[in-house]
Amino acid sequence: MSEAQTLIDKLWSAHEIARREDGATLLWVDRHYVHEGSFLAFTQMRKRGRLVAEPGLTFGIADHYVPTRGRDRAIADPTIAAMVTTLEANASASRISLFGLGDPRQGIVHVVGPEQGLTLPGLLIVCGDSHTSTHGAFGAYAFGIGASEVAHVLMTQTLWQKKPRRMRVKVSGKAAAGVGAKDIALAIIARVGADGAQGHAVEFAGSAITALSMEGRMTLCNMSIEAGGRCGVIAPDAVTFKYLRGRPYVPKGPAFDQAAEAWSNLVSDPAAAFDREVGLDADTIAPIVTWGTTPDDALPIDGSVPDPGRERDPARAKYLRDALDYMGIAPGKKLTDIAIDRIFIGSCTNARIEDLRAAAAVLAGRTSKVPGLVSPGSSTVKRQAEEEGLDRIFRDAGLEWAESGCSMCVGINGDIVPSGERCASTTNRNFRGRQGPGARTHLMSPAMVAAAAISGHLADVRPLLAGRNPG
Amino acid sequence: MEKFGRLTAKACPLLLANVDTDQILPARYLKLPRSPELGRVLLNDLRRDPDGNENPDFPLNRPFWRDAKILVAGRNFGGGSSREAAVYALYEAGIRCVIAPSFGDIFAQNSVKNGFLAAVLPEADVIELGAAVAADPELPVTVDLEQQTIARGNRSFAFTIDPISRNQLLNGWDDVDMTESYGDRIAAFKAADRERRPWAQPGPAG
Repeated sequence: MSEAQTLIDKLWSAHEIARREDGATLLWVDRHYVHEGSFLAFTQMRKRGRLVAEPGLTFGIADHYVPTRGRDRAIADPTIAAMVTTLEANASASRISLFGLGDPRQGIVHVVGPEQGLTLPGLLIVCGDSHTSTHGAFGAYAFGIGASEVAHVLMTQTLWQKKPRRMRVKVSGKAAAGVGAKDIALAIIARVGADGAQGHAVEFAGSAITALSMEGRMTLCNMSIEAGGRCGVIAPDAVTFKYLRGRPYVPKGPAFDQAAEAWSNLVSDPAAAFDREVGLDADTIAPIVTWGTTPDDALPIDGSVPDPGRERDPARAKYLRDALDYMGIAPGKKLTDIAIDRIFIGSCTNARIEDLRAAAAVLAGRTSKVPGLVSPGSSTVKRQAEEEGLDRIFRDAGLEWAESGCSMCVGINGDIVPSGERCASTTNRNFRGRQGPGARTHLMSPAMVAAAAISGHLADVRPLLAGRNPG
Repeated sequence: MEKFGRLTAKACPLLLANVDTDQILPARYLKLPRSPELGRVLLNDLRRDPDGNENPDFPLNRPFWRDAKILVAGRNFGGGSSREAAVYALYEAGIRCVIAPSFGDIFAQNSVKNGFLAAVLPEADVIELGAAVAADPELPVTVDLEQQTIARGNRSFAFTIDPISRNQLLNGWDDVDMTESYGDRIAAFKAADRERRPWAQPGPAG
């Protein structure tokens, strides 16, 4: 009998082409997503006089630099316009399918891949973007890589990797109303630390994980990089198969049933051993917000920010002082007393249809006290939200309803939070300057961002959901 | 690929935790091609105020450390975004090695591909080394990858790096050339895999 294997082991060995004496493993890549930022890799490839090895397994998606407003006009900044047109030129020259600006399927790569059925269980997926971990929600082995590795995949459809250690995060129990995948993700990150999963592939398991929709699972796997993990993965199940069936690039008819049978084996064997195990109880998780400058600076909304004066470790005290100083928050302040200047609902973390529904459920019939931008995860999500009337709810609340792209999560298309302003955001990184130089970011779920919008300060969404369907 | 063997140079202390790649190279510079300009904007928003004036207290702005080739940094250096241009920015600024208690996985991987050493040293040793180079910057630091040691004066520390990265840096292996030599095995894998996992091919959209 063969040794008990984890899901991570099964995915790894299915892609192993060769292993060197030093342990480096050559892996086959099933899907390679490229975006505007991949231009450096195309340049490297051209310098070597090489072509894309498998254009049929490579897909281009315009997301990082695309405008979210004024798409009927040319992009005003020529350096930004050049990023979008360079992707178009590279895709065309290499005969790669492109979901470009103007394509009805355009959107954020980590929303579009699953939505189009390009992302499937059992695949190995890479992209020059750290949030590629998102696709692990389907039981795919998916991770972000740098430009040199993108170039290597373009030229060979393979990648040299060292096998990571295996971690399992088991979340038992049941999340309460108003507590979603983002809260679970932030609770895990707060527990293990922003670098706690470094060197590990992470499998998420337990009743609170299997209870999540595919959207929720994507949010969770998306954030595994914010705990430092190489990738996050969830065993595919009936929820996964139901989401996939009928999507454009997914196998059809009997081929789907055969695929689903194969995918059903993508589970950790009961006796399989992990290098590290972490356990959480979802019943104890409250809505969470970040207060500082790394994603593990996360606390339940009924708490207060730390007081460096009470910290005994001098290095930690200095870190807390610096973080609070950057964020412009007095030591020990109650989280719900922190006033905000604007909100952002968007990004590969939390801009899928379920996320927009959750925010709209809180906002319906109410007005935002601060300005804000809503950028759907894809143009497909945008159309669906408009069919459901969600855009009206956002607009009636005083928020701007925009086109899809990475937008204010990374701020390189021009959508930024002005210096010194405080933003309640559904994104993934509260790093210094992430949403623009001097911007102050508080990460939270879409429902919690909606609660902050109508309150004008960080707020607990739970009382605001009284008598409402949470979406 | 450039090799890394042994380096003796000035070491600049930057003992901040969580210096992520957004801070190493702010996103607005990601449009730039690889060029010396990336070195000038390294850590820009920590080094300069919004008007572009340098913060004179920031270690890399001190005249003595402007040509440092080694950084002694805090925990979780290079976490976050996968942008390889963060490594380019360090490299273009003349830096060839960062010593820290831990690194973002993707940053560490990107470092190797550029002949750049990310050396993992226990936190207590990093604090000691950082304090020592701050107190007496003139004494250079020697990083020896073969021996996996960091020496300064008569003090020596042992650092860790995964053996695969060490091999590649010492030999200057080019990944693409290496992979070419596995061409037959890649072709065999591909053929067998199509039989084994027919569903892994993207269907015609529809």
